[in-house]
Amino acid sequence: MVLDKIEQLLKKYDNGETSLQEEQQLKQYFTQETVAPHLEAYKPMFQYFLNSKKQQFTKDIPLNPNRKTFTLYKWISVAAVAVIMLGVYTQIGNSRSFSDLSDEELYAYNQTMKVFNLVSSKLNQGSENMNALNLVSSNFIKGAESIAYISEFSKTTNKFLKTNNK
Amino acid sequence: MTESEFLNIVLPFKDKVFRLAKRLLVSNEEAEDATQEILLKLWNKKELIKDYKNVEAFSMTMTKNFCLDKLKSKHAQNLKIVHSNYQDNNASLQKQVELNDSLSWVSKIMEELPEQQKIILQLRDIEQYDFNEISEMLDMNETAIRVALSRGRKTIREKLTKTHSYGIR
Repeated sequence: MVLDKIEQLLKKYDNGETSLQEEQQLKQYFTQETVAPHLEAYKPMFQYFLNSKKQQFTKDIPLNPNRKTFTLYKWISVAAVAVIMLGVYTQIGNSRSFSDLSDEELYAYNQTMKVFNLVSSKLNQGSENMNALNLVSSNFIKGAESIAYISEFSKTTNKFLKTNNK
Repeated sequence: MTESEFLNIVLPFKDKVFRLAKRLLVSNEEAEDATQEILLKLWNKKELIKDYKNVEAFSMTMTKNFCLDKLKSKHAQNLKIVHSNYQDNNASLQKQVELNDSLSWVSKIMEELPEQQKIILQLRDIEQYDFNEISEMLDMNETAIRVALSRGRKTIREKLTKTHSYGIR
């Protein structure tokens, strides 16, 4: 390209009046190996511009599609709280007094109480019979003591009577 | 709008968003965070995307505002943005050689420009947007953009010629 034209373009370029096409021409000119010596200063400038355009953004683009799962967890926790509240409420509401019982329930209650009383009275009779057993066992111990005398007696008789076992 | 539809809209200009953020915030990590933030904001407003005339211009405006806010809050905290990809002067020989490289000079010079000029240079000279697109993004009229652009370009050229002839003249 003619040097005159380049110089003209450069003047326009410095004043910020060049079009994109003209700037493209300048860039092409300054990427050449040899440049007119008095224009050498422009060379690194245009090369730098061209090089800078090659930088790229290499990191990932962090779009978060997992936002849905987060809301799901939130609703699960809400449901859990609701269940707990329901449980506590029913537990508190269940306590009833005697006056709330119907006739039938009262009857059943009285019947069971009668049975329990009967069993407990019989249980006392049973324990009286057990006293007799106690008496037997104490007499049994006395008997065992007198047996001990007998065994002592047999020892001494063995001393008198020489047995011919040998 | 499904995820793939959204990605189809966003993918063509996500690099541009990233580069603009990096131009303003300098640090690679900060720029990545900013880009993610902006894409996320767009995703959250995905129902409204159909109503926007120009999603790309809209997101570039968002990026600009977001980064400027970020810079402002950093200044208010009296903190400099920490960026590890910044060359320090006392580094190894190789790094010094790299620093001598004219390309890194350009990037250093651009870092020193006012934010307005940075944004405009980025949009025009690197991303090659039309003037009316830029004026839509930045909410400025075209003449003001041209003036800022010309100032930025001239500053870069002057500083470059200075460093070029450094030690020669």
